[in-house]
Amino acid sequence: MAIIERPAPTVPAIVTPTSTYGLLKRPVSTTGWRSWVFTVDHKKLGIMYAATAMFFFIVGGVEALLIRLQLAAPNGKVLNADLYNQMFTMHATTMVFLFVMPMAAGFANYFVPLQIGARDVAFPRLNAFGFWAFLFGGIFLNLAWFLGGAADGGWFMYAPNSGPVFSPSHGVDFWALGLQITGIASLTGAINLIITVLNMRAPGMTLMKMPIFTWMITVVQFLLLFAVPVITVALFLLSFQRNFGAQFFDVAAGADPLLWQHLFWIFGHPEVYILILPSFGIVSEVLPVFSRKPLFGYPFVVFSGAAIGFVGWGVWAHHMFASGLGPVSVAVFSLTTMAIAVPTGVKIINWTLTMWGGKLWFTTAMKFAIGLIVLFTVGGLSGVTHAVAPSDTQQTDTYYIVAHFHYVLFGGAVLGIFSGFYYWWPKVFGKMLNEKIGSWNFWLMVIGLNMTFGPMHILGLQGQPRRMYQWTEARAGEGFFNLAFWNLVASIGSFILSVGILMFLINVVVTARNPKKAPLDPWNARSLEWMTSNPPKEHNFDVIPTVHHLDEFFHQKFEEDEATHTMKQVRTAEEIMAEQERNADKHIHMPSPSYWPIVLAFGLPIITFGLIYSHLISVVGGVIVLFAAYGWALESSTAPDSDFETNTPGTGLDKVGANHD
Amino acid sequence: MTDVAHDHASSTGISNVKLGMWAFLGSECLLFGGLISTYMLYRGRVSGGPRPSQIFDIPFTSVSSFVLLMSSLTMVLAVSAAHKEDDRKTNLWLTVTALLGATFVGGQVYEFTAFYKEGLGFSTSLFGSSFYTLTGFHGVHVTVGIIMLMSLVGILKRSSVPGKKAEVVEMIGLYWHFVDIVWIIIFTLVYLIPV
Repeated sequence: MAIIERPAPTVPAIVTPTSTYGLLKRPVSTTGWRSWVFTVDHKKLGIMYAATAMFFFIVGGVEALLIRLQLAAPNGKVLNADLYNQMFTMHATTMVFLFVMPMAAGFANYFVPLQIGARDVAFPRLNAFGFWAFLFGGIFLNLAWFLGGAADGGWFMYAPNSGPVFSPSHGVDFWALGLQITGIASLTGAINLIITVLNMRAPGMTLMKMPIFTWMITVVQFLLLFAVPVITVALFLLSFQRNFGAQFFDVAAGADPLLWQHLFWIFGHPEVYILILPSFGIVSEVLPVFSRKPLFGYPFVVFSGAAIGFVGWGVWAHHMFASGLGPVSVAVFSLTTMAIAVPTGVKIINWTLTMWGGKLWFTTAMKFAIGLIVLFTVGGLSGVTHAVAPSDTQQTDTYYIVAHFHYVLFGGAVLGIFSGFYYWWPKVFGKMLNEKIGSWNFWLMVIGLNMTFGPMHILGLQGQPRRMYQWTEARAGEGFFNLAFWNLVASIGSFILSVGILMFLINVVVTARNPKKAPLDPWNARSLEWMTSNPPKEHNFDVIPTVHHLDEFFHQKFEEDEATHTMKQVRTAEEIMAEQERNADKHIHMPSPSYWPIVLAFGLPIITFGLIYSHLISVVGGVIVLFAAYGWALESSTAPDSDFETNTPGTGLDKVGANHD
Repeated sequence: MTDVAHDHASSTGISNVKLGMWAFLGSECLLFGGLISTYMLYRGRVSGGPRPSQIFDIPFTSVSSFVLLMSSLTMVLAVSAAHKEDDRKTNLWLTVTALLGATFVGGQVYEFTAFYKEGLGFSTSLFGSSFYTLTGFHGVHVTVGIIMLMSLVGILKRSSVPGKKAEVVEMIGLYWHFVDIVWIIIFTLVYLIPV
């Protein structure tokens, strides 16, 4: 976005737009809110993704607490049945689509370019568009609360319950159309990151020298690329039925409601790997650093991740064992479901063996990573019990399922995300999160989540159905396994869990107020993102690194001692940085900020709003989208050389070809 | 060294835009896969409305399919002209491609009108809903392609197209060929294979 002129790289020179390239002159602010709203910088967008996802995490968390309050005692009166249905539907939808996915997108946006030694992503404006589409889609989804009630069919919105007869409010319409918008965001993000990884790696970085986090993110983007269009089809069919009188799920007209289930789960099962693999990537970075050992069996971790990416497509019907698929289908999907446990098990073993014999350093990041290994394994084991179809038939739609997916998603995905916060916070903000508060954060979360989700195994096996809005004293049973006691434990646990998360928010504030700067390489890290300043400069690297090894940064710092066969430090991170600054590239043109991503994204919720209320509004949205699309197409991604020159007195700029994305 | 995030030689040797379009088309395969599956499930469920064999006019649709396939040929000629940096011929072939595409879409509009008059509405039956959805999605894809082609012609004339011209023409060409290939599948499955 700005030309960086040595020797003062901290002062961003301003681009002066000399002419109109895309209907409007491009924005130029490098400070204030404009520098965020019109930015195309992958690092700023990564922070915006993560901050927005954190906000939705709190929204989804409040919804969860309301659910637990309702179920804490018999005959709960906190919510009525209708509101309760909306609450669990939006809790799941928010946590899956508006928290874990965009949080992973935030991590990916920030760290993938840094980890592969690139200065930005392949399509910077598309990146910005993806963020805004996600934000507007998320707001649109939640608008339904204020316009007659949110969606109430459960997050997988089975037909025919999702039809206008059983769900007459506009909630399902908002849900279906809102998810279309966030789906567009996911799809553009996937294309962007795939091309970034395939095309923009630093010289020497072969695929098998790529940091493991980038590998896992790449697998996830391929899953998104192929899974999102399937849910898109399903959501279109649902919208067409509800808004235009199509018959897709109308059983009276001879429709097959299983069509929805198949389409949803063909998306939905890859989706669970979309949720978990980024966290697998994060802990695969964290564990080696804090064990002072390379990742055990890097190729196995890579290929088991890729294997999950493939086999993940062949297990969807295990969500439908109770729907009467027939013995052959059930047997096949039982076997594939058992098979997919294998690559996951490979990963668990690799992580354990990474720690084996290492010099373990129990930072908060490390604790969260170990927490993931343990708790994800618990969830994984109950997952394998679902592969056993007869047993699964008993468990379907009980709290046992709720226990399972919260162990894998909270114990797995969320702990991984928190591990990433503590590990990368100094990289992103230049300050270390407080370790003491971090310890409280970790232990309260782990105790809270086990207290919340552990008892749900018992509740489920005792037969408490999920999505039941009240339970009665008379049917709670007696003795150790009575529902009353364990429901209360779960509810208390959920509040302990919330205090744990509150600790993190407190930690963020405390850290922000603490003036102490983080060291350049606080963890003695291994991968390329640490081979630059904290926080990274706008252009990431003064010199694009040339890569010779997996864990390139480590190998620049350490060399093997021939005599003793031990690794000996030969250079510090500061020395490597200083050398980069000496050899810094003189003229770096970064992609320029643009109005069009946010304008284009803003048109989408207007179109969908109009589909529900008045098609005239949709026309307005369509015009905005078209207008923005033309502005986008006419504007080059990077400002032309002449615009840079007007501000930088003749220092012989090299010629740069026009760019586009 | 002058370096822009996406200007240095790519790791694969294929430009970002072209590789990005390939990825997008991969995703589109699953979109049409879902729609085609839905149609195949529902094509026999007519609930009193017209059956496919009663309304399809295969000679007519064959002709419009032929027109669409020919537009792939003219698209190839446009890409070839763009590589030779022959702006005049590029514009000519892009325009012809768009016109052939428009002819196809016109044929589809005519066909939809005729089917509607024969009693097949969007809400008539599962066959009706899934037929109009599948072919409608394809029609929208062709229409978007036409808009892109005509915009490209306009932008090329002002010669302010960002990036290398041939690269952009080729990228839109990829999209266009994909849409044509999808039609071959749809035409075969929907029109030629009897229920």
